[in-house]
Amino acid sequence: MTTPISGPHYHGQRSVRGIMAQVMLALVPATVFALWQFGWPALFLFLLTLLSAVVTEALSLHLAGKAKCAFLLDGSGLLTAWLLALSLPPWAPWWIGVVGGAFAIVLGKQVFGGIGQNLFNPAMLARVALLISFPVEMTRWAAPQPFTATGAPGFVDSLKITFSGGTNLDSLTGATVLGHSKTELTRGIGLDVSLSDIYTPLDYLFGLSGGSFGETSALLLLLGGLYLLVRRIITWQIPVAMLATVALLAGIMHLVDPLRYADPLLHLLAGGLMLGAFFIATDPVTSPSGGLGQLVFGMGCGVLVYVIRTWGGFPEGLAFAVLIMNAATPLIDHYLRPRVYGRSRRGTPLTYTAEQLGREKE
Amino acid sequence: MKLFRFRGGIHPPSRKELSAGSAIETMPLPERLYIPMQQHIGTPAEPAVKIGQHVLKGQLLARASGALSAPIHAPTSGWIRAVTDFTAPHPSGLPILTVVLEPDGKDEWDEFPLPKDPFEMPPELIAERVAAAGIVGMGGATFPTAVKLGGATNKHIHTLLINGGECEPYLTCDDRLMRERAFEVIDGVLLILHGIRWGRAIIAIEDNKHEALEAMRATAKGYGQLEVVAVPTLYPMGSEKQLIKTVTGLEVPAGGLAAQVGVLVQNVATAYAVHEAIRYGRPLVRRIVTVSGGAVRDRRNLEVPIGTLVDDLLRHCGHDGEPERLLMGGPMMGTVLPHAMVPIVKGSNGVLALSKPELPEGSASPCIRCGSCVRVCPVGLMPLELMKRAQNNDLDGAQDYGLSDCLSCGTCAYVCPAHLPLTHYFNYAKGELAARAQQKRKNDYTRQLVQARQARLEREAQAKAAAAAKRKAERAAKKAQEAEA
Repeated sequence: MTTPISGPHYHGQRSVRGIMAQVMLALVPATVFALWQFGWPALFLFLLTLLSAVVTEALSLHLAGKAKCAFLLDGSGLLTAWLLALSLPPWAPWWIGVVGGAFAIVLGKQVFGGIGQNLFNPAMLARVALLISFPVEMTRWAAPQPFTATGAPGFVDSLKITFSGGTNLDSLTGATVLGHSKTELTRGIGLDVSLSDIYTPLDYLFGLSGGSFGETSALLLLLGGLYLLVRRIITWQIPVAMLATVALLAGIMHLVDPLRYADPLLHLLAGGLMLGAFFIATDPVTSPSGGLGQLVFGMGCGVLVYVIRTWGGFPEGLAFAVLIMNAATPLIDHYLRPRVYGRSRRGTPLTYTAEQLGREKE
Repeated sequence: MKLFRFRGGIHPPSRKELSAGSAIETMPLPERLYIPMQQHIGTPAEPAVKIGQHVLKGQLLARASGALSAPIHAPTSGWIRAVTDFTAPHPSGLPILTVVLEPDGKDEWDEFPLPKDPFEMPPELIAERVAAAGIVGMGGATFPTAVKLGGATNKHIHTLLINGGECEPYLTCDDRLMRERAFEVIDGVLLILHGIRWGRAIIAIEDNKHEALEAMRATAKGYGQLEVVAVPTLYPMGSEKQLIKTVTGLEVPAGGLAAQVGVLVQNVATAYAVHEAIRYGRPLVRRIVTVSGGAVRDRRNLEVPIGTLVDDLLRHCGHDGEPERLLMGGPMMGTVLPHAMVPIVKGSNGVLALSKPELPEGSASPCIRCGSCVRVCPVGLMPLELMKRAQNNDLDGAQDYGLSDCLSCGTCAYVCPAHLPLTHYFNYAKGELAARAQQKRKNDYTRQLVQARQARLEREAQAKAAAAAKRKAERAAKKAQEAEA
């Protein structure tokens, strides 16, 4: 017979590995499409980032004396590297992926004690570290060149792009809409001019524009996000609050001055917002666990994204926004708890007046 | 009728189909019955029989002791063979005082005076007879029913809520009882209403029990004061607080009792026992038990004499090999039995012999803060935060996060993707908290004793000093007198 153990002796079918697998599954459409768009160099970068994460995770677990198999197989490290890869410039050199993957796993996750212990989103931590340390490589955006396109680099050329920095990279790259419009504004050129030659909403919806590797197809990311909602891997609060806040702020500012402030649609489609709202801000470890807290967290992310994009020093603020709100998560969780049965919001036992009870008597 | 929604809850696979189809059968008398003296919340009963004595079915075996207790009666006629320590239905497997009865095979009832019309009886008498019959809450909580009824007559009760929820997976004993003995259950409900001098009762049944709902509705027809309500199938609907919320929209204040919101809750099986006790004078000596689980060959609902060993039940139903885990109660809140040589008690609604494939797989891994537990908690707690504090023995922190509001319903642990034994930690912390409270009482008492002793010593010292001063003064006065002389 068994030794005494406490109940329940019954369990739902969900596991950590299952959750990670579902999230990766939801990322597949956007990732496959992005690989198609950006060709071999993107595939190399993607694989290198994943490989670096797995190797450094194994090493960290070995040093910490933890069971390697159980933790490596939970899929959380792979997912972190996957999300990081999607936020990198698709033709970034090999060491960006390797350093980023290692940074995310070692300094973003394992130093805190491994899965579930980290305060900050490891992928975004690595992205910010890379952006600040290597601003040139991190802002060189390749224009989409699908495998079948005439100018697309072949396998060997792609190896050169990834591993030796590719000589004529500049000719192949352009700016993103967020970066371009920001630079032009500083030169006194309004959005009516700056956007005309670079921005068409449909391209951004389908992902035919330049930008970070996996952030370009807003539509496929949205579909993946909806899948996660349906499977109840994530809840609606964070993505809805985040997207609505950005749209609302952009809408108000666009009404104030349409030449200076881009319309809400551009903000929703461009940059990493879709990826961030559904896949990054919703990272369970670093976001609040209560519904109300998640709403506040999502709104906070939305405000920060808009503020950084519009008035900050960087064209895209997603990573910073998420990291800042990550830091606020313990505070949010402490103050915004659900109401407990039989207690008021303030935690005191409920009291009913005689009338309230009498009404039940009819 | 308007229903309300309690927060959270889960829909675990019910597995009731394993035994729901089998009608209640009478369990044949076993060779020996082991009747523990503690089958209720409160003080254990005191044995009132001698070894070797012959008793009739329903004869008193043990008297209630104190205000919160319940008497225990002979489940069949036979001889008392021993009054000894025997394993209690508890995971610890610790022994408690138990009366061992050898049936004489006649199953002969003691004679009881029968009331002509119970509804002519003064209401207080109902609670009195229920107390004498040793009836306790049969949903598993085993709180002495008469104490609840007695409390209810003094308070402003507006609803008698009859709990036919039976939300635990596998269990079908209440379902079968309502299907087959609806008249008796309804009669019991009417008798309880008479006992608390209030006219209205709501019988709440989960909507997955169609036959039970139909039978109870058909029987309750014509009684304006009774309403049979189908409540949504949602675990833990059968929990008193959640059922009250669902039916009345009211919440029992934290740390308070259902009576504070004017509700008295009784289980359907308790109502049945009240019917037996008031109509026929029969004390509570048997109950319906679901015997189910993958390791059981014929899953059944058996009417079992109290004191029958789990082993007897399993042998009667047949089982394939050793079960992987043996439970008393349902899989969500039931207790693990150390072995099968444990008796059925008044609160035992099920015996589950689970096979390996039915049990949760996977070992615990670190919390990923996914918040599933927060979403499903029917109380509104944050189980992940509570667990962190319980793990670190931070009892004050755990209290701050609502440890004492936790029902131990297991909903959080059921959904946890990291397979964390959350309920286990909470039960541990609750135990620690109780131990700490007890230690504090002990310390306070010791301090009182020490203080009293110090005060006494001081008083004595003062008295001594005063006496010494007096003597000194007397001596001085004497000296002065002598000097003058």
